[in-house]
Amino acid sequence: MDWGALHTILGGVNKHSTSIGKIWLTVLFIFRIMILVVAAERVWGDEQDDFICNTLQPGCKNVCYDHFFPISHIRLWALQLIFVSTPALLVAMHVAYRRHEKKRQFRKGDQKCEYKDIEEIRKQRFRIEGSLWWTYTSSIFFRLVFEAVFMYAFYFMYDGFRMPRLMKCNAWPCPNTVDCFVSRPTEKTVFTIFMIAVSSICILLNVAELCYLLTKFFLRRSKKTGNSKHHPNHENKEETKQNEMNELISDSCQNTVIGFSS
Amino acid sequence: MIWGFLRDLLSGVNKYSTGIGRIWVAVVFIFRLLVYVAAAENIWKYEHDEFECNIKQPGCENVCFDHFFPVSHIRLWALQLIMVSTPSLLVVFHVAYRENREKHHNQKLYRSPGEIDGGLLCTYLISIILKTGFEVVFLVLFYKLYNGFKVPRLVTCDIRPCPSTVDCYISKPTEKMIFLYLLVATSCLCIVLNLSELSYLIFKYSIKCYLKRYIKKHQ
Repeated sequence: MDWGALHTILGGVNKHSTSIGKIWLTVLFIFRIMILVVAAERVWGDEQDDFICNTLQPGCKNVCYDHFFPISHIRLWALQLIFVSTPALLVAMHVAYRRHEKKRQFRKGDQKCEYKDIEEIRKQRFRIEGSLWWTYTSSIFFRLVFEAVFMYAFYFMYDGFRMPRLMKCNAWPCPNTVDCFVSRPTEKTVFTIFMIAVSSICILLNVAELCYLLTKFFLRRSKKTGNSKHHPNHENKEETKQNEMNELISDSCQNTVIGFSS
Repeated sequence: MIWGFLRDLLSGVNKYSTGIGRIWVAVVFIFRLLVYVAAAENIWKYEHDEFECNIKQPGCENVCFDHFFPVSHIRLWALQLIMVSTPSLLVVFHVAYRENREKHHNQKLYRSPGEIDGGLLCTYLISIILKTGFEVVFLVLFYKLYNGFKVPRLVTCDIRPCPSTVDCYISKPTEKMIFLYLLVATSCLCIVLNLSELSYLIFKYSIKCYLKRYIKKHQ
């Protein structure tokens, strides 16, 4: 049980994402989760053991460490990754709900004819429309908010993104102002800057995806109003049929969802 | 710790849950299990080694640690996760029993073995009540054992063989406190979800019952 399980869940959502969404997911897994697990955890692994204070006073080291690192970088990143990945589940839940509704409808209706069509349509691309558009856009919005909040929290807690070599501490029971030395400060600074840079890239990708979705929405709207003026009924029927087919694809293609099936 | 088993159990339960039940599974899986494995376990990993007392007397540190942490936070957390996920097994067993019965009698006895009605509804309701009960019990246990959810930086200890009142320092108290609050928040969220699911099911099936009786009367 580890980040692989999150990968399984999000992999299912990937099918229903835009291209930018797929790039975001790849960046998340390769440049953030993988780097966290493979490299960053090792760098921060010995953080308290090798945090050394220039005093023999028992307890001084513990207190100073706690004062300078209220929550470790590595834990903050882990929480950030979990919170940032979660909004995608909203999309997965919405798709699962739609599939459930369609299944119920088709149980009552003529089942066999529709299934033959679905097999061919499965190869076509899925479009994000209607209420699913709103769910998808809200999930991107929440992602952005979480990224921004965590980046700000990081900046606020550690006074910037640099890891100093030396910290001066005079918290009780340290007898006076004591020098404390952080382990591997340069390596930690490098990884911190790297993670912040990738976070910023993810924020940019999310903003781009949001703009793309909004542009698509307004373009489609203007097309619809344009078409309804020239061909009021015919085009709408075609579009609704296409929409229904697309919903069927999304519902039948989705096989991971919240089921967490391996 | 093989948490993959719990993950598979939760995935299995998901099939027979209501919408709110699926949200509960997602919350437990992501905000509790994943946070535990990915972050919390490492914070408490060296808690005994890093627990330091201002004394050289052998045995004093051990005795003081044992006095202040009868059961470590992280072990209580793990136990809570296991106990809270297990009542869902009742539902899985009941569905399996139904499917076995259908096979044995070679005929369709139920509209769908996984549909929540009749006996399965009772089992489902019992599992929700048990889940909520376990959540509350563990929260109360946490509160009683540790005098609230705070983790102090310094504790004073004067148990034998410590020669006098000795200062002992806990490692990473702030980080532990943050994660404990996260645990409490997610527990409370799960309790709220369970109670809503309970009310939703009771309401839904009362309405169904009432409508059936109403139709029968008029027939």
